[in-house]
This record gives sequence, C-alpha cells and structure tokens, in this order.
Amino acid sequence: MIAFVQRVGRLGLSICTELGSASFFLSKSVWRKPRSGQKLHLLAHTLFNSGVLSLPIIIVSALFIGMVVGLQGFNILNKFSVTSELGQMVALSVVRELGPVVTALLFAGRAGSALTAEIGLMKATEQLDAMEMMGVDPLGRIMLPRLLGGFISLPLLTIIFCAIAIWGGDLIGVRWLGVDAGAFWSNMQSSVDFRLDVINGIIKSAVFGVVITSMAVYQGASAIPTAEGISHATTRTVVYSSLIVLGLDFVLTAMMMGGW
Amino acid sequence: MGQKSIETFVGFFILLALAGLVMLAFQVSNLTTYQGKDTYDVSAQFDNIGDLKIRAPVTVAGVKVGQVAAISLDPKNYRATVTLRLNRSANNIPTDSSASILTAGLLGSNYISLAPGFADQFLKAGDSISETHSAIILEQMIGQLLFSVNKDKTADTDSSTDDASKS
Repeated sequence: MIAFVQRVGRLGLSICTELGSASFFLSKSVWRKPRSGQKLHLLAHTLFNSGVLSLPIIIVSALFIGMVVGLQGFNILNKFSVTSELGQMVALSVVRELGPVVTALLFAGRAGSALTAEIGLMKATEQLDAMEMMGVDPLGRIMLPRLLGGFISLPLLTIIFCAIAIWGGDLIGVRWLGVDAGAFWSNMQSSVDFRLDVINGIIKSAVFGVVITSMAVYQGASAIPTAEGISHATTRTVVYSSLIVLGLDFVLTAMMMGGW
Repeated sequence: MGQKSIETFVGFFILLALAGLVMLAFQVSNLTTYQGKDTYDVSAQFDNIGDLKIRAPVTVAGVKVGQVAAISLDPKNYRATVTLRLNRSANNIPTDSSASILTAGLLGSNYISLAPGFADQFLKAGDSISETHSAIILEQMIGQLLFSVNKDKTADTDSSTDDASKS
C-alpha cells in the first residue's frame, strides 16, 4: 500500500519536474535580449526546413481531403437535394476543423520529428557542449530559431492547406459533379464569417504551432544521448503532440463556440 | 543549398500563404463580393425577396446568365431593390421581360428567373425591370391555404344547414 502511494508520489513529482524544466528551458530560449539581425539567416534556414519542405505533403493531403469532403458531402446533400450548400459544408469543415488539425498532425510528423532528431543528435555528438565551450549560446543559436520557425510556419501552412482543400472541393463539386459554381461560392461566402471562422482557425493553428514546436525542441534537448534515446524522444514528440493537438482542439473549439 | 536560394524559397512560401489568406478572405468568406468582368447591371424591385442572397444565380429558361450583385431596401416605397449583374453574352433580353424569384427544390436556395418579353428594345446597363414576381413564402402560402380550407368548410356547413332548414 505504502509502496503504491510512494510510486504515485514519485510519478507526480517527476511530471512536475519535467514540466518545470521544460518551461524554464523554453522561456530561457524565447525570452532573451534581441541582438543583431544576423540571426535572421538562421530563422530563414529553419523556415525553409520546417515550412517549405513540408509544403508538398501539405498540398497533396489538402487536395485529397478537400476532394473527399466534396464527394462525401455531395452524396449526403444529394439525398435532400440541397447540393447547392456543398460549398458551405466544405468551407466550414475545412476552415474550422480539418485545416488546423490535419495540418498540425502532419506538421508534427513531418517537421516535429525532424526537429527532435536533429537536436537529439547534436546533443549525442556533443555539438551543443562544443558550442558552449566556444562561447556560443546553444539556446540562442540552435533552439530559438527553430522555435520561431515552427511558430511562424504552421499558421502559414494551415492557410495554404485551407485554400487548397477548398479548391479541391470546388474541383470535385463544381467541375466533376456539376454543382452550380455561383451557388457553391455564394452559399460559401454567405455562411463563412472571416473573423469567426477563418481567423479562429488561424488562431488555433498558431496555438498548435507553439505546442508542437516546443514539444519537439524540448524532447530533443532532453533526449538521452544514445541512439535509443533519440528514437524514443522522436516517438514521444509525435505521439504527445498529436494527442495534445486533438485535446486542445476540443478545448479551443469549446471556448470559441462559447463566444470567448 | 545556398543562402540566397533558401531565402527565395522562404519568400515564395510566405507569398503563397499570403495568396491563400487573400483567397480565404475575399473568395471564401464574406469580406467582399466577387467582381466579374464583361457584365452589365440592371435593377428590379420586388415586394418580397424571401431568402434571396447576393451572388444567387440569374437564369433565363434555366440557363445561368448572371448573378445578383446587390440587395437594398428602397427607403421611399419599402420595396427591395435587387441589382442583377448580367453577362455581356446575354445582351438581348427584351425590356418588357419579367423577373421572378424562385426556389431551387423544396429546401434549396433562391434564384431569379427572367421570362423574356416581346419588345424590340433590349435591356441596357442601368435599366430596371418593372414587372416582377415576389418570392413565394411557404409559411404565408400554408396560412392562406388553411384559411381558404376553413372558409370552404364553414361555407359547406352553412349551406348544409340551409339545406336542412329548407327541407
């Protein structure tokens, strides 16, 4: 009995320690005195790695998701002969839910895991320690640009995802299945509100970006510096950030629907 | 890869995202209405437009020839002024044509149907269509139907009582 209580206590303490060290680490990386603009090229590099290189997977999956939502929606709406509402259905489901969530999940798998593995390997090969010996702060040189790159690139990717998915829905609904283009776009326009739907979706994706990138960078920096440790850290990044994204999505949606 | 090309790719990425945002703002959501080209505007006044929305299609014999550009309330006679944006290709619609608001299907959205008249002159930009038929409001129709059915029933009972008293 005592042993069980002891184990629960140890678990609780370790969770608190982990959370505390993670928040210290992340706040130390982000809140630092801004220095000369020479860091911009580091930011450009991470934007390229986590943003531009994620574009192909985002574009292809957005196209297919938009097309399948258009097809499914058409079949359901056709039963009630209200296929003119297809645009509204595609746009709302993509802009509100599918866009931010699917982009975040893909981003966690594509860019988050790469970040963790990269930083974990730097730690395992003692590059971070070497940097510190040379008087270069690894938090500012390695962590900060990667964090900022992730924060910036996920909302941008989400916007691209939404636009392409809606175009995919148009491709299937209007070009293939013959929904009237005017009704498709006019019903979409009259039902999608820019602030309530589009901006809220982008806010969601910004939150997801902060969560995923922080998780990836922290897991990489706290990985056990062995091959096995890095693989565990990479797995943890993808699993934890996917779960947190899905959970947070519900919380954020509830808050936004409650008129918050 | 060189620093220059990385910056170029990042620039393209950001521009692509901005283009997506512009599309979401102006094409998908209700920030503004789409401006077509090669069109001309005519107006029509309706007693009741029902659920007609901006950008609803305008058809002649079921073929789409334009869309609704604007809807406003005339402050003098309290009628709805609807601006129809017609395609240049449909420039031979007679001036005495009539416009009616119809519903696509039982639950579908409203659209405007133009029935061509017989005049020799054609509609030009800025003209107005004088003969219009309002949207059919389902609730009003049901109300009128119930009213007329009730009236028939009372008339029937009246006549039957009359018959009974006669006989």
